[in-house]
Amino acid sequence: MSLLLDVTGLTMRFGGLLAVDNVALRLHEKEVVSVIGPNGAGKTTVFNCLTGFYQPTSGQIVYRGEHLEGMKGHLIARKGIVRTFQHVRLFKDMTVVENLLVAQHRHLDTNFFSGLLNTKRFRKSERSALEFAKYWLDKVGLTEFANRKAGNLAYGQQRRLEIARCMVTRPEILMLDEPAAGLNPRETEDLDRLILELRDQEDVSILLIEHDMKLVMGISDRIYVVNQGCPLADGTPEQVRNNPEVIKAYLGEF
Amino acid sequence: MSKQVIVNALISAVTFLVLAGWLLGISMQAEPGGVQLVFAEPSHLHWLWGGMAAVFFGQLFLPNLFGKLRSGVSANKPSFKLPSMDRKGGNLIACFVLAGAIIWPFMVSRGSVDLATLTLIYVMLGLGLNVVVGLAGLLDLGYVGFYAVGAYSYALLAAEGWGFWTCLPIAGAMAALFGFLLGFPVLRLRGDYLAIVTLGFGEIIRLLLNNLTELTGGPNGISGIAKPTLFGLEFNRKLKDGGFDTFHNFFDISYNSQYKVIFLYLMALLLVVLTIIVINRLLRMPIGRAWEALREDEIACRSLGLSPTVVKLSAFTIGAAFAGFAGSFFAARQGFISPESFTFIESAIILAIVVLGGMGSQIGVILAAIMMTVLPELAREFNEYRMLMFGLMMVFMMIWRPQGLLPMSRPHMQLKQEA
Ligand SMILES: Nc1ncnc2c1ncn2[C@@H]1O[C@H](COP(=O)(O)OP(=O)(O)OP(=O)(O)O)[C@@H](O)[C@H]1O
Ligand SMILES: [Mg+2]
Repeated sequence: MSLLLDVTGLTMRFGGLLAVDNVALRLHEKEVVSVIGPNGAGKTTVFNCLTGFYQPTSGQIVYRGEHLEGMKGHLIARKGIVRTFQHVRLFKDMTVVENLLVAQHRHLDTNFFSGLLNTKRFRKSERSALEFAKYWLDKVGLTEFANRKAGNLAYGQQRRLEIARCMVTRPEILMLDEPAAGLNPRETEDLDRLILELRDQEDVSILLIEHDMKLVMGISDRIYVVNQGCPLADGTPEQVRNNPEVIKAYLGEF
Repeated sequence: MSKQVIVNALISAVTFLVLAGWLLGISMQAEPGGVQLVFAEPSHLHWLWGGMAAVFFGQLFLPNLFGKLRSGVSANKPSFKLPSMDRKGGNLIACFVLAGAIIWPFMVSRGSVDLATLTLIYVMLGLGLNVVVGLAGLLDLGYVGFYAVGAYSYALLAAEGWGFWTCLPIAGAMAALFGFLLGFPVLRLRGDYLAIVTLGFGEIIRLLLNNLTELTGGPNGISGIAKPTLFGLEFNRKLKDGGFDTFHNFFDISYNSQYKVIFLYLMALLLVVLTIIVINRLLRMPIGRAWEALREDEIACRSLGLSPTVVKLSAFTIGAAFAGFAGSFFAARQGFISPESFTFIESAIILAIVVLGGMGSQIGVILAAIMMTVLPELAREFNEYRMLMFGLMMVFMMIWRPQGLLPMSRPHMQLKQEA
């Protein structure tokens, strides 16, 4: 398995607050890696640094041999690293399909005149985008809501749509920020299955932030634990579960 | 029919009454004791009641009708189809409206046609600004600047002997260029800040026009701008705009100044139709969807690989191009332009049209443009209170119908029966 993402010495400082302190992280192809830690540990901040939303104070982010520090967020996304957000960020007033079409923007025929004249090539590109959107809607079970406004979906459906929207960009790394937050146990199980399916059938590597320990322990290949910005431990679920420091940090959360 | 629909229809009708009542229902008369408010003539009131009834029943039945059509379609087996421009019912109505709009000027007075032409210019401006404000969600208060650029581009080129149809795309391109150049520095700003800076740019353009006396004639403006010709046929009594013949001479009919007015109206209509077609296409293109996505959530856009700067800049540029087209037509119609025509208040009126019509909604914008230009004209005696009325109208709208007259309905992917 080749190394996809190699993060070393990642540090993010907000004024006096050291939100992320010297974090290292590795992600290989077809791997599910989780980042866990108590509230305010700096997990989301790590994601924001990796996806270009924050400029890390220091540290290296290397993706397939290419440095990503300082690169703009949308360019990182185009390289194949996309994310969901802790608080769902859909295009609420647009329909479910439209959400998926917007995400495919860069794979479409964006030539101004071919669109204006509605050329054959343009129609073909739109049709294939629509087919691809349908493929993903089927996968996440939202086909019947295709023409609903995204904002009117139930919470769990919005979460799934957000994942589908990431997937239609054809990413290599999918970063999920607390995807199970607010889901009921059945939905969480579905999510569990979906994530494994993404890894095994769609060949994406997944970086996961999650508080639901059952989910994390069940699907992760490796786990990183951060506490107050500092890396605390990492290893297989088994190793992490039995690490005394982790148990102490979580005070018996699991 | 649910209670909700009836209540909604009632509210709409009352809103209409309040909005139009100001303009049509009462009039002022100068009497010895001072100005008196009296009820308007019965003919005005008839229009008022008629309009109210139309709004009420329209609100009552239209949603229902469309709802039925839609549910009938979506019951079928799901497979996707792109929304097409040729939705049969809508197209038929559009054809009728267009036919009516073409025949109409031949049956009414010159003044009405002239007013309608002005209305069409505002429709064009409203539709253009709608791209920027309604779709992309960028509050642009300096839109009139691009309108001015278009107008002056045409005026200056026409003075060099260029024809209208050559100048039209050039004027649009010039305005687009200005939009692009101004957009670059300002688009990193958001919301209120963007609004203030664009307001400033609008003023800068006006001040430049006022002070570049060499080029623009300063406050005196430019006069004697050539009128458009029909394939080189002029509509003047005598040849003066560089055409090869006059219209009446060529067809061997007697001269009538009405022809010119009707010709200008039809040209404006053509431009508006083209604008509508182009914007309709844009809405169904990736770029149109990206505009809306940007309005909805810029951060999500970035996370999906869309460059916010490019998307914003394209909206700004394309919006400005429409203002340029409108501007060059305006200059051609007036035959005279000066910086006076491009004050902030114009920007405000165009913005009011967009907000009133319902952000993003094309039919709404068209209706609002008609309302904003025709109603004040029908109630001339209120002219001094025009701004007051606009203000009141906006306040009432925001209270009762913040989504605008006709909120936007975007092209939706229809579910189609599988063959
Ligand atoms: N833009 C910012 N400016 C200042 N401080 C910030 C910023 N973003 C995050 N922080 C701080 O950094 C710390 C880590 O926040 P972060 O959101 O990364 O935590 P988290 O691990 O995702 O927590 P949770 O599990 O609650 O989501 C917090 O103390 C937070 O207040
Ligand atoms: Mg977080």
